[in-house]
Amino acid sequence: MTYIAKPRLHHPNLTPNALGFTRRDYEGAVSTLCAGCGHDSISAAVIQACFELDLAPHRIAKLSGIGCSSKTPDYFLGASHGFNSVHGRMPSVLTGANLANRDLLYLGVSGDGDSASIGFGQFAHSIRRGVNMTYIVENNGVYGLTKGQFSATSDRGSKSKKGVINHDTPIDLVSVALQLGATFVARSFSGDKAQLVPLVKAALRHRGAAFIDCLSPCIQFNNHAGSTKSFDYVREHNEAVNRLDVVTPRDPIHIDHEPGTTQVVTQHDGSVLALHKLGDHYDPSDRVGAMTYLAQKQALGEIVTGLLYVDPAAEDLHDALGTVDAPLNSLNTAELTPGAARLQALNASLR
Amino acid sequence: MPHSLTTRPLSRTNDFVVKFANVNGSGSASANGMFAKSILRMGVPVAARNIFPSNIQGLPTWYEVRISEAGHLGRRGGVDLMVAMNPQTWDRDVAEIEPGGYLFYDSTKPMPPSKFRPDITVIGVRLTQICNAAYTDPRQRQLMKNIIYVGALSALLDIDPAVLETLLGEQFKSKARLIAANIEALNLGRDYVRQNLEPIGLKVRHADKVGDRIYVDGNTAAGLGAVYGGATVCAWYPITPSTSVAEAFTDFCHDYRIDPETGKARYAIVQAEDEIASIGIVVGAGWNGARAFTCTSGPGVSLMQEFIGLSYFAEIPAVIIDVQRGGPSTGMPTRTQQADLISAAYASHGDTKHPMLFPQDPGESFEMAALAFDLADRLQTTIFLMLDLDIGMNDWLTAPFEWDDKRQLDRGKVMTYEELEAGKDFGRYLDVDGDGVPYRTYPGVHPSRGAYFTRGTSRNPYARYSEEGGVYVDNVQRLLRKFETAKSLIPSPVLKAASRASKTGVIYFGSTTPAMNEALEVLEAQGSGIDALRVRGFPFADQVYDFIAAHERVFVVEQNRDAQLRTLIVNEGGVDPAKLPSVLHFDGTPITARFIVSEIGRQLGVSARVSVKEATQ
Ligand SMILES: Cc1ncc(C[n+]2csc(CCOP(=O)(O)OP(=O)(O)O)c2C)c(N)n1
Ligand code: SF4
Ligand SMILES: [Mg+2]
Repeated sequence: MTYIAKPRLHHPNLTPNALGFTRRDYEGAVSTLCAGCGHDSISAAVIQACFELDLAPHRIAKLSGIGCSSKTPDYFLGASHGFNSVHGRMPSVLTGANLANRDLLYLGVSGDGDSASIGFGQFAHSIRRGVNMTYIVENNGVYGLTKGQFSATSDRGSKSKKGVINHDTPIDLVSVALQLGATFVARSFSGDKAQLVPLVKAALRHRGAAFIDCLSPCIQFNNHAGSTKSFDYVREHNEAVNRLDVVTPRDPIHIDHEPGTTQVVTQHDGSVLALHKLGDHYDPSDRVGAMTYLAQKQALGEIVTGLLYVDPAAEDLHDALGTVDAPLNSLNTAELTPGAARLQALNASLR
Repeated sequence: MPHSLTTRPLSRTNDFVVKFANVNGSGSASANGMFAKSILRMGVPVAARNIFPSNIQGLPTWYEVRISEAGHLGRRGGVDLMVAMNPQTWDRDVAEIEPGGYLFYDSTKPMPPSKFRPDITVIGVRLTQICNAAYTDPRQRQLMKNIIYVGALSALLDIDPAVLETLLGEQFKSKARLIAANIEALNLGRDYVRQNLEPIGLKVRHADKVGDRIYVDGNTAAGLGAVYGGATVCAWYPITPSTSVAEAFTDFCHDYRIDPETGKARYAIVQAEDEIASIGIVVGAGWNGARAFTCTSGPGVSLMQEFIGLSYFAEIPAVIIDVQRGGPSTGMPTRTQQADLISAAYASHGDTKHPMLFPQDPGESFEMAALAFDLADRLQTTIFLMLDLDIGMNDWLTAPFEWDDKRQLDRGKVMTYEELEAGKDFGRYLDVDGDGVPYRTYPGVHPSRGAYFTRGTSRNPYARYSEEGGVYVDNVQRLLRKFETAKSLIPSPVLKAASRASKTGVIYFGSTTPAMNEALEVLEAQGSGIDALRVRGFPFADQVYDFIAAHERVFVVEQNRDAQLRTLIVNEGGVDPAKLPSVLHFDGTPITARFIVSEIGRQLGVSARVSVKEATQ
């Protein structure tokens, strides 16, 4: 397949943002995914989130593993450097990239096979380390690219397209992320753009490991009756705990503040998250409470979505390592090489 | 000692081998190290090697010290003085002593004569008895016993006590009480020998043969080289014998890489969850323009295979320091081998090959570690620095570390903001200069130019998606051109010609070098000198093939079973394998000069007979 240049005409939305970029500047190559694939909606949400946040596209680095989901970084942010790396290993590549240059924004895109099966270890350890990143798993419960095998997030009892019933216990990446200390944890649904876009925005604005588990049905292999990751099933069982508005420091702060129903969280960079509560009294600053709540709802077969946990004062891996403010990749010979005189002293101590 | 000797006791000055047989975890290492260093401080070259088990406490461990005023730093083979401190290994230790050699042991409980050999001199020192009389604390008894035997040996061998005292002073710095206690222990050993024993034939005498050389292990040197090479990201997973590379890098970074104004670190070191993550972090950092490395051993290289291939095809700089050991994972982790050459050279799936550097000692480990980062950036690929346990974990006498302050880190072909802004054409995989090396950009460099999407292959020279066969072929052919370019950047081989023209040659590399140097001298002295070529890296320079072409037969000496260097030479250069007889040493101990001489001699003799036979038919 060859590269198809995207037609440049007739674009609906060409109003520029504060940086003078139009939404067009945040798009990428034409998607080669199946028409209707949930993953394409997530790409659209990323484009909208970056556009609305007035992010300079070239200051974002997008990294992925292997899978249909991991192909998507080619389909958004065409002016950003991207890296389609190795199956299940995006977290380590992103960690290294982040260590090299702390000044860029890091967006990791992965699949449920990529992150919950082959890459479960790397997923876990990147979260533990608090790598400053937005980590999105486009979760369809199957391996799309290898044609429909169950993944480790498939629910017990879920039926495959070929009629096989999944026996194994699913891995709930959100619960694992909470347990391992992710400082921003959300779940969303590719079919709910209104919920997803603010979550992506808030995650991009978060300092620390921000994780979004985004249910993203596979039209081709996991959208049938009996599947627990189909559009219909997710819609029916979706239990949103809150609705989010993200206000960046540049915007005039203007939030509908209904006492008792809206919780306001100011993140490290000054961005303000206004969380409008829905239903239960859910507190996204209580990590242990969040884990309990998730476990209870999961037992009832509900899919809890929304911003589930946020620690606005989180530290990241660079804080832990005490690295210099300048990106490591910008340091020059004089800053890195100790010079001949030091060696004389060292040699003397080795005789 | 009244023993009926069937062989005359050895009489040697500044030229003998002492081997300590100890129990792992008994605190002997620092005492033995002090013994070796005291001789070095007397101006006599030494080479000391640890032969130790994969275990923290209780198993046998040996420390072999070659003392050689002539400067032979390889293992010679054989032992002249065995310090037998481990009853478990007594029989084999006694058996290893040269005829006429010496056995030193703790004679508190005397051994029956049947446990000795008639052709050696037995030196009994009542170590336990001396120790128990002087100390009550069990741990102190244990540690001081080691110092007491060093004291006893120093008296037997004429080691200058002032030198030992200086070393103790350096070791314990300002702790005067510890210094005094250790000197006292030394004297307990010295006094016992003076009062009870006769002098022996082995002696150390002040000389001036060490020069300005330093005494250091290769892993420390490689860690230092990574600092000087500008590495800022290190990701690693502990594995013997490579762990101390990361530890050295960490220590040197603490010393040299803290921003003086802010106290912050100009480096990032991550102990990863495994070797896959280690190399993933390195590849991510390399992609993003930092100099990054990992250090590991054979099992780790196995786990890194997929990423190494990605680095090759996506052209991402990476440095892997492979400190080789005996394979496999439950193999001989604490023994040395040069057995990862093929798995490193052709690591990963698909058509891949990777440059390697072969340092001969810690001095070159430092230089080549620093060079590896320049090469990785220039060639945009993985560079392997191939150490082994012998170089990595033993202290070697080696050239002092040197650095040219004018030297700049060579970041290779990186297109800048200014160039992009000026409209220079950027194709990530475009061979602009004909050397197979394309230009790259660092992420974030320019608002609208220079960004690309990184994939292994399936893209055209402008990094756009393509699965066209022709595009793939062009790309991997270019990678071959790049590999040709690598030949000119790898340090060239070092030739040592025989004193008279020889039709026989020998090729060797890495830690084999000191034993080989000695073997060459022996062969010269026997009138059968041969030409020698030390290979310093892969891909091989043309000189390697010219050397082979210029000789009738070229031995390839290496420390593995399968003749891996020879395989690479044959495979990459189309040489007739019959021309390259192998000399292989792979029992996990460092190769000896004696082994090389006898193997080459045997093969020369064998084939000489063969040709005589052929002539008579
Ligand atoms: C080491 C390795 N093993 C297997 C594969 C084959 N493979 C490619 S994608 C994939 C599964 C992807 O599943 P997921 O991450 O859920 O992505 P999706 O396609 O569902 O979006 C597999 C097994 C591979 N690329 N690499
Ligand atoms: S196979 Fe499934 S996951 Fe892959 S593109 Fe098609 S719908 Fe999407
Ligand atoms: Mg999937």
